[in-house]
Amino acid sequence: MKKAEPAAVAAAFNEIKKKAGARWGNLWQDRPVILVGAATCGRAAGAIEVLDTFKAEIKNRNLDVPVIEVGCMGHCYAEPLVIIGKPGQPPVCYNHVNPVIAERLVKEYLLGDNPSPEFVLAALEPSEALPSFQDFPRAQYERKIILKNCGHIDPTRIEHYIAGGGYAALVKALQMSPEEIIEEVKKSGLRGRGGAGFPTGNKWQLCRNARGRPRYMVCNADEGDPGAFMDRAILESDPHSVIEGMIIAARAIGSRYGYIYVRAEYPLAVERLDIALRQARRKKLLGNRILGSDFSFDISLFQGSGAFVCGEETALIASLEGRAGMPHHRPPYPAIQGLHGKPTLVNNVKTLASVRHIINNGADWFAGIGANGSSGTAVFALAGKVVNTGLVEVPMGTTLRQIIFDVGSGIPKGKKFKAVQIGGPSGGCLPESALDLPVDFDSLRGAGAMMGSGGMVVLDEDDCMVEIARYFLEFTQKESCGKCTFCRLGTKQMLEVLTEFTRGEGKIEDLDNLYKLAGEIQAGSLCGLGRTAPNPVLTTLRYFRDEYRAHIELGRCPALMCMHLIAYYILPHKCERSCDACVGSCSVEAISPNKKRIKVIDQEKCVKCGKCLEACPFQYNAVVKLTPPSEVPAR
Amino acid sequence: MTAPEAQETVEDPEQIKRETGLVVRGFSRKRLNLIPILQKVQGKLGYLPRAAMTEIAAYLNIPDIDVYGVVTFYNQFRLNPPGRHSIRVCLGTACHMKGGYIALDAWKRRLGINPRETSPDREFDLDTVACVGCCTMAPVTVVDEKPERQVDPTRVDGLLLAFENERKAREKEKGEKS
Repeated sequence: MKKAEPAAVAAAFNEIKKKAGARWGNLWQDRPVILVGAATCGRAAGAIEVLDTFKAEIKNRNLDVPVIEVGCMGHCYAEPLVIIGKPGQPPVCYNHVNPVIAERLVKEYLLGDNPSPEFVLAALEPSEALPSFQDFPRAQYERKIILKNCGHIDPTRIEHYIAGGGYAALVKALQMSPEEIIEEVKKSGLRGRGGAGFPTGNKWQLCRNARGRPRYMVCNADEGDPGAFMDRAILESDPHSVIEGMIIAARAIGSRYGYIYVRAEYPLAVERLDIALRQARRKKLLGNRILGSDFSFDISLFQGSGAFVCGEETALIASLEGRAGMPHHRPPYPAIQGLHGKPTLVNNVKTLASVRHIINNGADWFAGIGANGSSGTAVFALAGKVVNTGLVEVPMGTTLRQIIFDVGSGIPKGKKFKAVQIGGPSGGCLPESALDLPVDFDSLRGAGAMMGSGGMVVLDEDDCMVEIARYFLEFTQKESCGKCTFCRLGTKQMLEVLTEFTRGEGKIEDLDNLYKLAGEIQAGSLCGLGRTAPNPVLTTLRYFRDEYRAHIELGRCPALMCMHLIAYYILPHKCERSCDACVGSCSVEAISPNKKRIKVIDQEKCVKCGKCLEACPFQYNAVVKLTPPSEVPAR
Repeated sequence: MTAPEAQETVEDPEQIKRETGLVVRGFSRKRLNLIPILQKVQGKLGYLPRAAMTEIAAYLNIPDIDVYGVVTFYNQFRLNPPGRHSIRVCLGTACHMKGGYIALDAWKRRLGINPRETSPDREFDLDTVACVGCCTMAPVTVVDEKPERQVDPTRVDGLLLAFENERKAREKEKGEKS
């Protein structure tokens, strides 16, 4: 392919950019602006009601203040979030906003001059009167590159993206030869963010060199790990960054047609991608002769139908072809022989979202971020027993301790850290002793886990490690496509053994059987699902063997979690005769007062939901969990 | 997440054939259109009855079993009609650890059905979902597309009571009209 006419392309883009800049470039400067975070997480917390309230207030008062629906700002613990910017003042981010607070903010901050510090999370820029994000400990570690736009631009307006520097990398790439683009990506050291960490530049080269036409470009947005929502947040908040990366990748490999394979469980992401694609076509950034150059490329959306295994690239391709999503043997790799037997490049959402930054800022800049052979940043969805749940972006090589305790602010309610589950069903549970490991593609492997696509769930002393291993195995067992015998039947056997453990019916020799089965499943499975399925079990066995032994030998669950191994009991000497809180809280009517009006739980009826423990007033604190259930005194 | 629920489920085989025929004609007769067709038909009918599957197989000129194989492989597709209200319990990691399984137990107990089933009166269908990405509000149950936060057995009873009241109001209105 020869180079496009650089001058004409640049001129065409400058025209678009000028228009976009006039409307969106100085958004903050001449009038106040309200941004409401309304990605799925924000909506679940009530962002739409907040958005409607702002719109109604602005309309009723005849104000000239745009109310913009943006994506996810990453601070999920504080949703719904609102940013209000006033000319000449640093934009302020408000947390836990509801319609009542929204009304007050309009009255007091927009009309008045009181920034209402009681509702403020932080100011976006250093401010004298208010705390700012720069003051937070997490600011020391966080480096937002892929997530920079998320929550700050309107994902449904391409102009907003362009005004912020969007599609400049595409223009630059159109003036480079495909070989130059691949060379740049190779030099940056970018590795696949889907979990495997294969060098992206090499994959592109492979696909470009492969025989056969046409070549296909596929974006893998089938994010299926339970507890991971990074890709969803990016697609909902900044869809154009992924599309731009796709177009650049397509130019590098010489593809004219691409697909975004997105989960149907993410309806909002589908909707916003659809809008983004149509806008890009209208601006001639997608479609025939992009920006007047000789390069043409178009993208279709394909909705996955809820099969975890379709995140594996060969299964994804089978699904695109209209078949059941079963992986096949590699080689041939999809880069050589993929969709319809043609060379197909499959890249993860975050990989593609990184591309434009590499082209814009140069490979050396990107390679300078991160460490230990993993360049760039890592995006994590931090969830579980941690104070600041949400999205985190840190340079590769940041330690787990820094992420959990500095960025995430540690464990809530003064509980003790127990483990961090990283990498979802393919990853493992790492204990306190592994917390100083740097997070990159290679370091975690030695500890038995992997970085995976970015799910990070923090567990505290109330979480049972046998139960979490069982949970992940139940997931992989259900999602196993059934092609490989060891994965199909082996996971089932392992699950049965673990289920017995959590019921206190296990045998000690089963621990060895678990190891044996794990080894066989790893060796006898074609794809990553089977090969990594035993990881959660193996890591918990390695670091928390005592807990397994307690379940098997004593029938105890030390974390008081496994339903079959615990019983709820009301301490008679602590129970207050005049209080009936637990009786009302029980949804199965298992609690009744005895003759002395001391409340007693009928263990036969009890479903162990724990509501009575929550309901018992703290000054009495009479409800306790006992393990094993035989600890409950006979009546 | 399943496709938007149909208002009234279609159960007459002739009507199923007609509706399916209308959908498939929008696609070319290529195998790779199978999944998009299935998604669209389910969006229209609420589920994928046998008559619809055979109709699609005939249109794409592939064996019936291929369609059935794909339908049963993917979690999104359902073979039985949905209830008036859909209950989907999130069992993502965070929700599970914070008691999603307790909420699922409560739903099962109250509705008397297992996941992927519809209650006999067609009021509710129950299902689990891997993760809806609202991990900070765990445990989450998605009730008619709306994620409900911190759903425990008491909240389950509360939600069901609200539906019961709504149903009574509906019936009363009907009674007044007639």
